[in-house]
Amino acid sequence: MKPTFSLNHAILLALSCSVLASCGETQTEKAPPIAIGTDPFPSTYQPMASQPTVITNVKIVDGIGGMIESGSVLMVDGKISAVGESTDIPEGTVVIDGTGKWLTPGIIDVHSHLGVYATPEVNSHSDGNEMTNPVTAQVWAEHSVWPQDPGFSRALAGGVTSLQILPGSANLVGGRAVTVKNVPNRVVQDMKFPGAPYGMKMACGENPKRVYGNKGGPGTRMGNVAGYRQAWADAQEYQQKWDRYYAEYEAGKDPKIPKRDLKLETLAGVLKGDIIVHMHCYRADDMGTMLDVMKEFNYQIGSFHHAVESYKIADRLAENNVCSSMWADWWGFKMEAYDGIKENIPMVHAAGACAIVHSDSDLGIQRLNQEAAKAWSDGKRAGIDISEAQAWTWLTSNAAKSLGIFDQTGSIEVGKQADVVLWSENPFSTYAQATKVYIDGALAFDRDDPASWPVSDFELGQPGEGDSK
Amino acid sequence: MKPFLTLVILSLCCATALAKNIAIVDATVHTMTDMGTLQNATILIKDGKIQTVMAQRPALAGYEVIDAKGKVVTPGLIGAYTSLGLVEVSSSAGTVDSSYDTTAISSTGAALDVAYAVNPHSSLMAISRIEGITSAATTMSDTRQLFQGQGAIITLADTQSPLIKRAAFVSAVADNHGADDLGGSRAALWVTLEQVLDEAKYAQGKVFTPASDWNGITTVADAKALGAVVSGAVPLLIEAHRVADILQIIALKQRHPELNIVILRATEGWQVADQIAQAGIAVILNPESNLPYEFDQLSATLANAGRLHAAGVMVAIGMNTHNIRLAKQHAGNSVANGLPWEAGLAALTINPAKIFGVDNIIGSIKDGLQADLVIWSGDPLQVTEAAEHVFIKGEEVEMISRQTKLRDRYLTLRTDKSMHYQRP
Repeated sequence: MKPTFSLNHAILLALSCSVLASCGETQTEKAPPIAIGTDPFPSTYQPMASQPTVITNVKIVDGIGGMIESGSVLMVDGKISAVGESTDIPEGTVVIDGTGKWLTPGIIDVHSHLGVYATPEVNSHSDGNEMTNPVTAQVWAEHSVWPQDPGFSRALAGGVTSLQILPGSANLVGGRAVTVKNVPNRVVQDMKFPGAPYGMKMACGENPKRVYGNKGGPGTRMGNVAGYRQAWADAQEYQQKWDRYYAEYEAGKDPKIPKRDLKLETLAGVLKGDIIVHMHCYRADDMGTMLDVMKEFNYQIGSFHHAVESYKIADRLAENNVCSSMWADWWGFKMEAYDGIKENIPMVHAAGACAIVHSDSDLGIQRLNQEAAKAWSDGKRAGIDISEAQAWTWLTSNAAKSLGIFDQTGSIEVGKQADVVLWSENPFSTYAQATKVYIDGALAFDRDDPASWPVSDFELGQPGEGDSK
Repeated sequence: MKPFLTLVILSLCCATALAKNIAIVDATVHTMTDMGTLQNATILIKDGKIQTVMAQRPALAGYEVIDAKGKVVTPGLIGAYTSLGLVEVSSSAGTVDSSYDTTAISSTGAALDVAYAVNPHSSLMAISRIEGITSAATTMSDTRQLFQGQGAIITLADTQSPLIKRAAFVSAVADNHGADDLGGSRAALWVTLEQVLDEAKYAQGKVFTPASDWNGITTVADAKALGAVVSGAVPLLIEAHRVADILQIIALKQRHPELNIVILRATEGWQVADQIAQAGIAVILNPESNLPYEFDQLSATLANAGRLHAAGVMVAIGMNTHNIRLAKQHAGNSVANGLPWEAGLAALTINPAKIFGVDNIIGSIKDGLQADLVIWSGDPLQVTEAAEHVFIKGEEVEMISRQTKLRDRYLTLRTDKSMHYQRP
């Protein structure tokens, strides 16, 4: 990460000087330089109330490749405070017997449109694609997220504790993505993952050229690439303007304040390393091109999403430190998905590249464990030997790393946020269900207690309210 | 020259006539008949048909023996509702025979006949059959009209003759989308449906020429095509989600008892499961659809299949095309949410066979039926288990598809030559 203008500085300025014009009038010394806040919609997430809880006699998959056949995990004050074959249990701790069950880190879906393409899927809820210009880096998915989307509670019952919500893939640059805890509340800020960096959605291939082919372009893949490159070049120039402004200010001059451009500001955030690129990209050759664009403009692609052809260039993805976020077996719905194979995920893993299982679906998000299970077993049959514990990294630690939140969550390790799932049986089974889901140590879902299940405003008073879904 | 030509044609077209006799031994066999599940059982396959299935092991001279110890054998799975053979790539990739823009031949979609459109050489066939899908109902999916054409039952064998039964069913759309395509209101949709059924009854047995008077809202071709529907000879599948629409379908059945009605999806069906069962109506569904995608699907739940079954409704599972191979996972998830395991397997085999009137050909392991069988590594509803041997009409399927070839090409990268030279 390259240095950036500090958030604290920005907040202080905002407090001391909320109206710039009046500041200038009332202060005799030189006005401080313009500071652009990096967090205008701060997280107001508060972990739900929790009790110290220990899960005992349980098979533990730690999410970083390890497994404890029978052990305990203690959660105190929202954090994992002990993990091992046995742990001390402080007085007053709720004890859950996990005999016969499996405990894993909570699943993290790096690719969701919950909230921005909420159900019911009526026109009024179509808030995921700002299809008005091929580069809309200025839009933020969080401003479209409807926290009453019933899909959040379905994902919770599938063991999803955090997710990234992205704009759609109509545009070359679709806008900012947001990472949230799966605890929807009254406003989106209430679920924003504290401290998570922003993502930025980009898209290769068919979608942008289809959407803009008759709307002024791009209409081809080569047009797409020209569009990305021009956007990065514009962002570089924009950043230089601000760098010059601050340099001249520091040198004691009184520089003209550059005009803010929200689009270029987000793109420049990527170039500075503050924002992670998540790029919808199916074909191996499209990914190969983007690896060069990435080097040309010196930014990092965190992950190629959908990536159905990663198996063809997994070695190069490993060399370039770019993750692949993949389905187990989707294919054929368009030309760039025609070469999808069921062994894509294990082949990427076997090449030493970072593999992630993602959903892009309000149904798929409910069964990501089964997606990993299918990929794992298909790999095994193709001679790729991966342990179940290693395969679980596709759902948690690799996902967390690609979102920049692995310091906080994504594994069962002491000090991490207590985001864990207790499964009725081996989660690599069709029949396994998430029995209890903990988010920051709080019991967010308890399959055995229907009265406790979350229900969105939309579903209140409707047929099926509070039913098993 | 003539005799020579005949010989060549015979050897090209009739591989099944040369099929080996096969004995599958020591298997756990789910027959899907009154025989139930047999342990350590034997299945004899002769002339492409199931000769017999038994709990014992008879003398096996003249049979190629396949040891299925520890394995599970089921009937070949039937894709309950697909567009297989009608679509290769769904979007922006040329002709898709499952969709249609209105032409003079049809004003309601009924006359459209997929029997002419099925391509047995589509890559989806091999991709699906190596995962145990041996036959399927296939139909149009996007006519934007009341009916989705006449569907067919097809085999997924590597064959030039995929049809098991043509004009095997007609499906109608009576949900929100169906209403949208008919003026935007169910008030028009249901009146149209009644009118069309009347016209179809009127047209039966009559001879029409280009000079005939016909002022129906359907075309003559539509009205003729619906003959087997109005007589009840083939099922009329009606797509609906909400309780109110399902009750309309039950009322339609009461007005026209001769109709053989099946409900597609029935998302809120669990709320009126008893009434669906009493009306003798079967349901084909995607059990995983548990979100309120529209206002006609508010009570959607994963428990739907199990609740319908518990009330006595016959349930079939498998609504997909490119990934119809995932129907077994969908059935497994229904089992995880209340459907008995046996009913989950029935939903993939005997139930669709009965719904489409082909249970005398496929759908169970019974003497005399077409030998469509799958030997699984274990529980077929389990996501980590797979088909190991697939037989269609008694012939073992080569377990190769375009996807396995892509996999095998890229399992080992070569650096000495372009990957284009790597031929798995």
